[in-house]
Amino acid sequence: MIEVHNLRKQFGVFTAVDDISFKVKKGEVLGFLGPNGAGKSTTMKMITGFLNPSAGTVKVCGEDVVKSPLAVKKSIGYLPEGAPAYDDMTVDSFLRFIANIRGYHGAEKTKRIESAIQKANLESVIHKTIETLSKGFKRRVGLAQAILHDPPVLIMDEPTDGLDPNQKHEVRLLIKEMAKEKAIVISTHILEEVDAICDRAIIIAEGKVKFDGTPKELEAMSEYHNAIRLTVDGYPSLNAEKLLGELVGVNRVAYDRSVGEKTSYQIFAENVDDAVKQISHLAQDQDWVVDELVMEKGRLEDVFRRLTLGETEGSNHE
Amino acid sequence: MNSIMAIYKRELGSYFSTPVAYVFIVIFLMLAGVFTFYLGGLYERGQADLQAFFNYLPWLYLFLIPALSMRLWAEERKSGSIELLMTLPISISHAVIGKFLAVWLFIGIALLLTFPLWLTLNYLGEPDNPVILSGYLGAFLMAGAYLAIGSCISAITRNQVIAFVISVVVSFGFILSGFPLVLDFFKDWLPQIVVNAISSMSFLTHFNSITKGVIDLRDVIYFVSFIFCWLMANVIVVDMKKSD
Repeated sequence: MIEVHNLRKQFGVFTAVDDISFKVKKGEVLGFLGPNGAGKSTTMKMITGFLNPSAGTVKVCGEDVVKSPLAVKKSIGYLPEGAPAYDDMTVDSFLRFIANIRGYHGAEKTKRIESAIQKANLESVIHKTIETLSKGFKRRVGLAQAILHDPPVLIMDEPTDGLDPNQKHEVRLLIKEMAKEKAIVISTHILEEVDAICDRAIIIAEGKVKFDGTPKELEAMSEYHNAIRLTVDGYPSLNAEKLLGELVGVNRVAYDRSVGEKTSYQIFAENVDDAVKQISHLAQDQDWVVDELVMEKGRLEDVFRRLTLGETEGSNHE
Repeated sequence: MNSIMAIYKRELGSYFSTPVAYVFIVIFLMLAGVFTFYLGGLYERGQADLQAFFNYLPWLYLFLIPALSMRLWAEERKSGSIELLMTLPISISHAVIGKFLAVWLFIGIALLLTFPLWLTLNYLGEPDNPVILSGYLGAFLMAGAYLAIGSCISAITRNQVIAFVISVVVSFGFILSGFPLVLDFFKDWLPQIVVNAISSMSFLTHFNSITKGVIDLRDVIYFVSFIFCWLMANVIVVDMKKSD
């Protein structure tokens, strides 16, 4: 439903987005990851028709955003970064304004507004002016505005930024709920979020796509992926590392860290299942008191840092 | 049409949801009274017409209309709500027209509220009411011209004070261009046709003839096309500056 081809955006000599291509299908939640200033927001602004691309095309539901911007804007619900709204309006009158612009009237309008208020949990604040609301409520007003017309495509720039953990959870549930019938793009720099709601993740840095795949594939890129962590009580003899290293199929052993009265090792092996068996035998033979023997899932932070490293600091253009 | 109405309603509502509308109307009426009775000398003139009011109106507009128009786009850009507005399914020209109409109508309301002046005249004497009506029409058209300038300039900057100052200066230019002082300056070294063109750009030239009861089609066309051109420029400026 969203097709982005060789998208590029230049601000003077600065290239904010450099040749980005991707597609999002219906029922898919795409997570846009990247450090600040990587070009996430700029890309989203081009998809929603706020910025004109310097080169490349964006198609939403088959319509080109430059050639028929109104058709594209009709089928998109957009939550801009920071959820800007008209601060001097009440929540109710603001949503009425959005409904008017979207062309609803009469019973349909009332129904749409009520359903958006209910989905975004805004019942308690509908008669308050937006400037008096907390950050969390403001964000939810922005969300209500974006989903009012039940759009097939939803673009959200940092939808959970600044929310407390409960609110984050609610917003994620809402996104998951809507995911089946829509194509959703969210940007975030919270890695756990990708795991929690996204079917696919794209990492961009310096305006380029550095990774495009499922969160699982992303985890698999971590060097800790499928590493085995062994934690034992006390301090086993110094040759424990050597013994572990001598096991069949083990490539490398790293002495991880000491936590209180415990010692921990990272073991990197080719055949994980086989290595786990051998390690537990070894532990029995050596009379180690095993506290923990687990397979690591992979650390997203590590992958993220590795993929986005080399980014020039201090570029605020996003 | 729908979207123009939606923008228009929101914009007009936003003036009344804050004290801006009330403050403006009170000050406008007070100053109108001061200008008409003291500076214009309505009583001393001994004539049953509103020339005293209309003569000072361009100067009243000069400061009050930029004060209304300065927030139109500057505030949208400052608060970031322009990103919301420009990603809703409306064209920029609809947004520009909607906002313009809202403020224009608001000034129209303020003008209507000067009706006690008209009542006073009718109580004291027998004024030529069609002339007064024509004067009000001219006043409304001229307000649109000031407003179109202000709206366009408001889109250039995100700072409302700068928008105000520049709007005042540009509007001032369009008043002055009809003054002999300015025309004399140009007369010596520019061909007469250019001098005439400068003079014909002035608000005063066109406004004065309307307030005298002569509704010349050319004057009406002047104001309407003036508004149209500035709003066109407004659309272009918004498009260029929206994401800065």
